[in-house]
Amino acid sequence: MKRFKDLHKDVWGGAMMSVLGIVVAVQGATYSIGTLSRMGPGYFPVALGVILFLSGVAIGIKGYLTTPESHEKPPPPEWKAWFLISLSVIAFVVLAEYLGLVPATFAVVFISALGDRDNTWKKALLLSLAIVVVAVVVFWWALQIQLPLFRWGR
Amino acid sequence: MIILQSLQDLWYGFSVALTPHNLMWSFFGVLVGNLIGVLPGMGALSAIAMLLPLTYTMHPVPAILMLAGIFYGSQYGGAIGAILLNLPSHPPHAVTCLDGYPMTRAGKGGTALGITMIASFFAASFGIIVMIFASPLLVQIAFKFGPTEIFSIMLLGLLAGSTMARGSPLKGIAMTTFGLVLGVVGTDVNSGVARFTLGFPELTDRLELVALAMGLFGVADFLKSVNRMHFIGTETKVRLRDMRPTKAELKQSFMPMVRGTLVGTIFGAMPGTGPTITTFIAYALERKIAKNPERFGKGALEGVAAPEASSHSKTQVDFIPTMSLGIPGDAVMALLLGALLIQGIQPGPQLISQHADLFWGLIASFWVGNILLVILNVPMIGIWVKLLQVPYKYLFPSALFFIAVGVYSTNNSLFEVGEVLVFGVVGAVLMYFDFPVATILLGYVLGPLVEENFRRALLLSRGDLLVFFERPISATFMIACILLIGGQLFFALRAHLKHRRAGLLGPLPAVHETATDQ
Repeated sequence: MKRFKDLHKDVWGGAMMSVLGIVVAVQGATYSIGTLSRMGPGYFPVALGVILFLSGVAIGIKGYLTTPESHEKPPPPEWKAWFLISLSVIAFVVLAEYLGLVPATFAVVFISALGDRDNTWKKALLLSLAIVVVAVVVFWWALQIQLPLFRWGR
Repeated sequence: MIILQSLQDLWYGFSVALTPHNLMWSFFGVLVGNLIGVLPGMGALSAIAMLLPLTYTMHPVPAILMLAGIFYGSQYGGAIGAILLNLPSHPPHAVTCLDGYPMTRAGKGGTALGITMIASFFAASFGIIVMIFASPLLVQIAFKFGPTEIFSIMLLGLLAGSTMARGSPLKGIAMTTFGLVLGVVGTDVNSGVARFTLGFPELTDRLELVALAMGLFGVADFLKSVNRMHFIGTETKVRLRDMRPTKAELKQSFMPMVRGTLVGTIFGAMPGTGPTITTFIAYALERKIAKNPERFGKGALEGVAAPEASSHSKTQVDFIPTMSLGIPGDAVMALLLGALLIQGIQPGPQLISQHADLFWGLIASFWVGNILLVILNVPMIGIWVKLLQVPYKYLFPSALFFIAVGVYSTNNSLFEVGEVLVFGVVGAVLMYFDFPVATILLGYVLGPLVEENFRRALLLSRGDLLVFFERPISATFMIACILLIGGQLFFALRAHLKHRRAGLLGPLPAVHETATDQ
């Protein structure tokens, strides 16, 4: 038995695919499957789930048999940047819904820009103000996007 | 006879492409494509996906002319970054870096760009000619296609797309299947059952193509590259007269250009082979037949001319199966196919007769667009070089805004902006595990067509699976599928045995892979 951290990352990738395949097949089976000559809505998804499961198993086994190349160290995780980029998109969705285009635009650029270590909050502020101008001129005025510049509530 | 007819149709096509309105959109597409292609980390896929929403209100002809313009415009742009800054902003150009960048450092960057331009134009022209004459022939065969044949050829396309990509064929298959599953999401056309909607009413309408593409190729890439992409700004100055190659240089690059073009044409005709593998093979071929291969990697002109030519002829030839069979060759074509479907145009053998203005107009616009590109690139090269130096820290936040607003305007739906984030995270995780995400898009676009034709074929044959082998055309595709899998197994086994014996070195230098890699 290999040690946990010695496993090739394909083992995890394969396992992920297999689990996904099982989920797809199980969920697909809740729709009617039908027969080969009269397929129901569940037939194709179940078949895809099975293929996904099998390919996942194959990837996992192949990964288990190969020894990982240990000399190349993966770059450190960027949790802060990842969090801020995800948050910026969520902020866009929420703010566009309740406050309008200008706050949403400002938020998506400002928050995501802070994810880059080289950006100071001042630089991020300038960048987001510049993009707000683009948003108003190009998207609101020229392309007439269906979002008010400002709004309060829905 | 058929040749005469084609020429006549082409003439008609030029009359469509040269109307001021269409010409304007073509020019716009080429310009924007070129611009986005130059930007680091942005390729044809993100460029098309970003501008796709703009086409919804347009007439189909200018819409598709513009999108095609973006496509080959971004290819030109990608080469510039590869040659001048050693930055493969789009994976197919990764090999161009190998010899293009050393040329820049030796002060011959201008020449490399000039040769790239000539090679691209030559290859694109050749590809267009192939397209003009091959499409009508293919259509004659395609009219004999029923659901059985369509399913078999799609299966072949999907298999080729997933196994011929760079990287593990098994992972390619897993990703294609994942894409097919994503294509299932929504209401089943036959029974009206809502599938995999996870309780969201918004999902009964299928996943949004633009959201999926922007998530996988935009947000996922930002998540992967943030704080990891740093550029060394070079003070490259390219002047106009530097770009004109000498007679000797032209002569030196002519044969590589021809060979690259042929490689691209062959790979374009095969559904599912990605652009990256094409350029790598063109490069490998040049190195193999060169008299002194040690020059490669140190600024050999052939190493720039051949891969660039191959990628451009492949692009053109790729349109043949996409337009005449409705089967996209790679992820970019899948996106273009999606754009056609949104416009209510079903690509397939009927397309050429039913939408003659669109088909021949598109072909003619390829030429017009390629000429526009050459004209555009000569004076603009200085601006492109400047653009290349836009720091990533400003680029990705701005791009995130464009993605969010672009996806929103597709259907005025904020839910779909949320989809982008989900697929961005999913794509980033998959990329971490070295899965080729581009094939997901291929599966997603073809998914509903595959299911529909599979069901119909088996309904007609009363559940007899052998029907796929009984009809001759379908059987040919099925045999090709089997050969493909058999070949892959053979090569995998042989590589495994070789690996055991000793040899480790691959034939080509390793190149950093990115999201849009195929």
